[in-house]
Amino acid sequence: MDLREKILTYIEKNSRVDLKDLAVMLGVQEAVVANEMAAMEQEHIICGYHTLVDWEKTSIEKVNALIEVRVTPQRGRGFDSVAERVYNYPEVNAVYLISGGYDLLVTLEGKTLREVAQFVSDKLSTLDSVLSTKTNFILKKYKDHGTVIAKPQDDERMLVSL
Amino acid sequence: MRNPLSERIVDIPFSGIRKFFDIAAEMKDVISLGVGEPDFDTPWHIRDEGIYSLEKGRTAYTSNAGLKELKMEIAKYLERRFQVSYDYDREMMITVGGSEAIDMALRAMLDPGDEVLIPQPSYVSYMPCTVLANGRPVIINLKEENDFRLTAQELEEAITPKTKILVLPFPNNPTGAIMERKDLEAVAKVVIEHDLYVISDEIYAELTYLDNHVTIASLPGMRERTVLINGFSKAYSMTGWRLGYACAPAEILEQMLKIHQYAIMCAPTTSQYAAVEAVRNGDADVKEMREEYNGRRRYLVKRLRDMGLSCFEPYGAFYAFPCIKKFNMSSDEFATRMLQEEKVVVVPGTAFGDCGEGFLRISYAYSLHKLKEALDRMEGFVEKL
Repeated sequence: MDLREKILTYIEKNSRVDLKDLAVMLGVQEAVVANEMAAMEQEHIICGYHTLVDWEKTSIEKVNALIEVRVTPQRGRGFDSVAERVYNYPEVNAVYLISGGYDLLVTLEGKTLREVAQFVSDKLSTLDSVLSTKTNFILKKYKDHGTVIAKPQDDERMLVSL
Repeated sequence: MRNPLSERIVDIPFSGIRKFFDIAAEMKDVISLGVGEPDFDTPWHIRDEGIYSLEKGRTAYTSNAGLKELKMEIAKYLERRFQVSYDYDREMMITVGGSEAIDMALRAMLDPGDEVLIPQPSYVSYMPCTVLANGRPVIINLKEENDFRLTAQELEEAITPKTKILVLPFPNNPTGAIMERKDLEAVAKVVIEHDLYVISDEIYAELTYLDNHVTIASLPGMRERTVLINGFSKAYSMTGWRLGYACAPAEILEQMLKIHQYAIMCAPTTSQYAAVEAVRNGDADVKEMREEYNGRRRYLVKRLRDMGLSCFEPYGAFYAFPCIKKFNMSSDEFATRMLQEEKVVVVPGTAFGDCGEGFLRISYAYSLHKLKEALDRMEGFVEKL
């Protein structure tokens, strides 16, 4: 693994790691890690630093949906322009081009069911190139971004062993 | 009533960590850096195979030596990783952890009065197992100035006409020391000269952070005089599955297998099926865990040195072995006080032999977060001294 891969592998799981500690763990100078990260931000390899929140545990209501969208690709631009139309809506979390039975997978976040439904019927379905949509509401998140949402297990090892 | 106990057994002391375990178990908010097992769960695909084997009703004994499928995979693995080849049918057996293999090897090879050279500090079972096998343990005290490696000279000096076996415990628990090829070559020369046998406990082989681990069995003239012991506990985070293996010349293995047959029957069947998956498809997991350990290792050693403790570079296992002699306290005293005052558990070096006096075993089988918190406390303790 080269240094970039090592940095990315680490911070993908824990972006809050102290750069000084990360440098020690990778066996390089802190400045080297800092420079490499700055360069990767510049090159947009590192696209952001986010926090994984379990909103269920708060009193704030959120509704998430996965929407399967079939679209007509446009001459010369394929799916890019319709994808752009879709991802520009701030309520859209993610847009993926998908192989298989439909074309775009859109993930949405809204405050209520009605809000999400309204977005789909008013905004998404009415786009010229959108042929059909199928909305799947997320009922429960078990694991997200490689992290199990439930409380992590306690260390069950004996306190001392040889 | 007659005394129900065997004198020989009563004479064997209990291990030195009991006291720490008892104190720590009574305290709240203790952070332990005292364990000798990985913090990772067994990778899911391996657990899944164990579950699957249970679902299929594979709950009977396997053959005494272990599943053929598993032994064949291990043979391929040893060839692939350590360039040493064994006949899975005649030169290999699956055991209940590496620990059983140590016991079987000593019992199969020792006659009363035979001497066994045991380098220390090292894992605690070699000495009692030697005594139980009627052998005589002879300790070689390893030195910090040699990075706790065994030198040819140290070996030479300990050999008597009665010496039969050298135990080679590298990568080492508790020191984290390794033996590189050149070190092993020097030792092998002496071993061959004096016609000794080697029990090479390589349970930490996959956790080596310098170059790839070298097994002494791969050196010229050594395969025929080596019992190679390895297992699944450390490499694949499978301690609770209790599964290891031994490879040896057929003549030795046959006798080990005989004891195993009478005393154990066979290693746990579920574990063996899970282990097939581990050794067949687990290389990537091992690599990932090794990377993670290596990062923590660098972090731990740096923190210890920043506290002013001298700590040689431990290139294997998941322990650092810092020296605390400058505080004019015994290892036991240091560890006891640190537990009482800062609620951090470490194991005194003396638990692994008298020459561990003045050292502590600190495990980095903990998340960085845990490690950091424990080391912050330890730093506070050291500053007070």
